[in-house]
Amino acid sequence: MGKRSVQLDELISQEYRHGFYTPLDVDDVPRGLSEDVIRVISAKKQEPAFMLEWRLKAFRHWLTMTEPHWATVHHPPIDYQDIVYYSAPRGKADGPQSLAEVDPELLRTYEKLGVPLQERELLAGVAVDAVFDSVSVATTFKEKLGELGIIFCSFSEAVRNHPDLVQEYLGSVVPYTDNFFATLNSAVFSDGSFCYIPPGVRCPMELSTYFRINARNTGQFERTLIIADRGAYVSYLEGCTAPMRDENQLHAAVVELIAREGAQIKYSTVQNWYPGDKDGKGGIYNFVTKRGDCREANSKISWTQVETGSAITWKYPSVILRGDNSVGEFHSVALTNHWQQADTGTKMIHLGRNTRSTILSKGISAGHGSNAYRGLVKVAKSAAGARNYTQCDSLLLGDRCAAHTFPYIEVKNPTARVEHEASTSRIGEDQLFYCQSRGISAEDAVSLIVSGFCKEVFRQLPMEFAVEAQKLLGVSLEGSIG
Amino acid sequence: MLEIRNLHVTVDDKPILRGLDLEVRAGEVHAIMGPNGSGKSTLAYVLAGREGYVVTQGEIRYMGRDLLALAPEERAREGIFLAFQYPVEIPGVANVYLLKAALNAMRRHRGESELDAVDFLALVKGKLKLMDMDEALLYRAVNEGFSGGEKKRNEILQMAVLEPRLAILDETDSGLDIDALKVVANGVNAMRSPERAMILVTHYQRLLDYIRPDRVHVLALGRIALSGGPDLAQDLERRGYGWVEAEAQKRHAASAGGPG
Ligand SMILES: Nc1ncnc2c1ncn2[C@@H]1O[C@H](COP(=O)(O)OP(=O)(O)OP(=O)(O)O)[C@@H](O)[C@H]1O
Ligand SMILES: [Mg+2]
Repeated sequence: MGKRSVQLDELISQEYRHGFYTPLDVDDVPRGLSEDVIRVISAKKQEPAFMLEWRLKAFRHWLTMTEPHWATVHHPPIDYQDIVYYSAPRGKADGPQSLAEVDPELLRTYEKLGVPLQERELLAGVAVDAVFDSVSVATTFKEKLGELGIIFCSFSEAVRNHPDLVQEYLGSVVPYTDNFFATLNSAVFSDGSFCYIPPGVRCPMELSTYFRINARNTGQFERTLIIADRGAYVSYLEGCTAPMRDENQLHAAVVELIAREGAQIKYSTVQNWYPGDKDGKGGIYNFVTKRGDCREANSKISWTQVETGSAITWKYPSVILRGDNSVGEFHSVALTNHWQQADTGTKMIHLGRNTRSTILSKGISAGHGSNAYRGLVKVAKSAAGARNYTQCDSLLLGDRCAAHTFPYIEVKNPTARVEHEASTSRIGEDQLFYCQSRGISAEDAVSLIVSGFCKEVFRQLPMEFAVEAQKLLGVSLEGSIG
Repeated sequence: MLEIRNLHVTVDDKPILRGLDLEVRAGEVHAIMGPNGSGKSTLAYVLAGREGYVVTQGEIRYMGRDLLALAPEERAREGIFLAFQYPVEIPGVANVYLLKAALNAMRRHRGESELDAVDFLALVKGKLKLMDMDEALLYRAVNEGFSGGEKKRNEILQMAVLEPRLAILDETDSGLDIDALKVVANGVNAMRSPERAMILVTHYQRLLDYIRPDRVHVLALGRIALSGGPDLAQDLERRGYGWVEAEAQKRHAASAGGPG
């Protein structure tokens, strides 16, 4: 029956479709990291003094830190002096002011990736901010959103045009001292997306950022900051790809979400960075810090992620449930194939009264893939009546892959209720044969079974993303029937 | 339609079938009975193409072709259907979706267009009525949390939708209450036709009261030890299998000792 396992592995693997490279004239800084490099980045971006100060504080702090090694992932040492920390397609110094100014070669790249930046009916429901290597190249539907008082722009623009908002919220969820990678990001981050939804406004379209690493030897360090003011609502999507390369590339992003009283933020990710080849060569190291703060009462933050790419994924989108009655959710599908490694999960920190959190994690491992769920549920003394429900399911394809579950639970309030359920299953020979005996090919049967396994998470994704996610898992579009 | 000659099958190197012969013609219904562990399900799985069931000798011809050369899904598309003794659960996959995927796979194979959701649902609802099943079962995950009887009915529902040429029903009657048995039998009888053959694996005469077989076989010691008309089932009900096995043993010893 070993033969079948090998076949199974092949079935869910498919070629990386986004692995091309776009030759462009770029403006970059020399390899390596120093105060000088940071000053150059800050100057290129014409940042106000507070920004540079913040970066330098982060850098000085970073020098005192060491890389964390507690995750179940393994990689050769990263030479932080061998990375290019800033690379931008050359254009106007302060970035394009409109789509018309964007290099057509870049627009074609995004077309190829299936993310057209033209504001046309095709994407009418989604406003896109596209980040290419270090900078944001285009943000669509800015005016339309502006009429509602919504600010959706690149981070650099926000620093220039809305410094007060940036200064008030930047680092307020993930401080520059937070962890090795977040601190590095704070020192060198080059761009990202910024979003502010004013009180009582329900954002009428999905906001989306599309990250693309293109240049060689470049790290991508973007920062996203989303603020939903009182009673506001926003749904935000993030997608990512990178060219295929033999060497590993570092991606260390930070995402901060702030939900004020009664506000809701829904953040969805379909992460499809280059995972490396069949033998584990190349691929992106995705070391990301994502955290949301339900800062005031009755607010809600939900993370939904479908992680299929990267050589190594290290991320724990978390929610701090500070406001009373606030709600945190985490829905995740993580697939590892070949030699991919994922150590992912969440942290739900209950501080307010009657705060609730739900964690639903689906891990799929194939080939030599290794998949770990790591989750912390912490209930502080102050969090009377807090509730958490966690469900962690693992699905194994073949017999050379691995799944691990590391739930950490700390409860300091006796009125809290915390439930944890976990399961591990193998795609059954019997399930496959059952489908085949109904005329369904082995390949379609695997897709069917995997999509069934992920269904509860896919249901959380906005329509366009659900489709993309299913495709990524090699699942036909029809899988959503019934 | 189906000719099995001198079939030898091992599972994990253990010989289970040892020289089985069976011929089934279009329009016929054959019942296969036999003690637990005699290899009835093994025969059913070999016909459907399950991995791990190794044919070491003999041949199976289906519609004039070498059945063993076909992958399981190809056999299904060519009209072989197995109603499982233990239907498999597939969490998260709606029953209706599996049915639709299966039917459309068959239709594609036959060069027909796929059914759209509306036509498909109309078709399925008709069959549901025939099986006296609740529509809600369509939208639940395949067999997940189904009662034993619901699982068996669901198998026959699939058969009714897929309209196979050769249906193998492995103990579909086990676990059914009396009313359900009648419903399932009606469903099966409704599908009897001159173009279609059926193999019913069962332990009980009762099913055969409703679905009258053309032939009854006893599987023992790895082969068809005894065949007869519908009355054989009644004999077996009265006398058990001991005598069949004893006689088969004697015959086997005689033929093994003889010059042939
Ligand atoms: N994987 C396996 N390894 C070893 N023996 C097996 C395996 N699978 C089946 N067998 C054996 O093969 C024999 C035939 O099994 P089979 O399921 O075909 O019997 P059956 O006639 O259908 O029995 P029942 O009436 O109980 O359904 C049994 O002795 C069983 O234990
Ligand atoms: Mg059996």
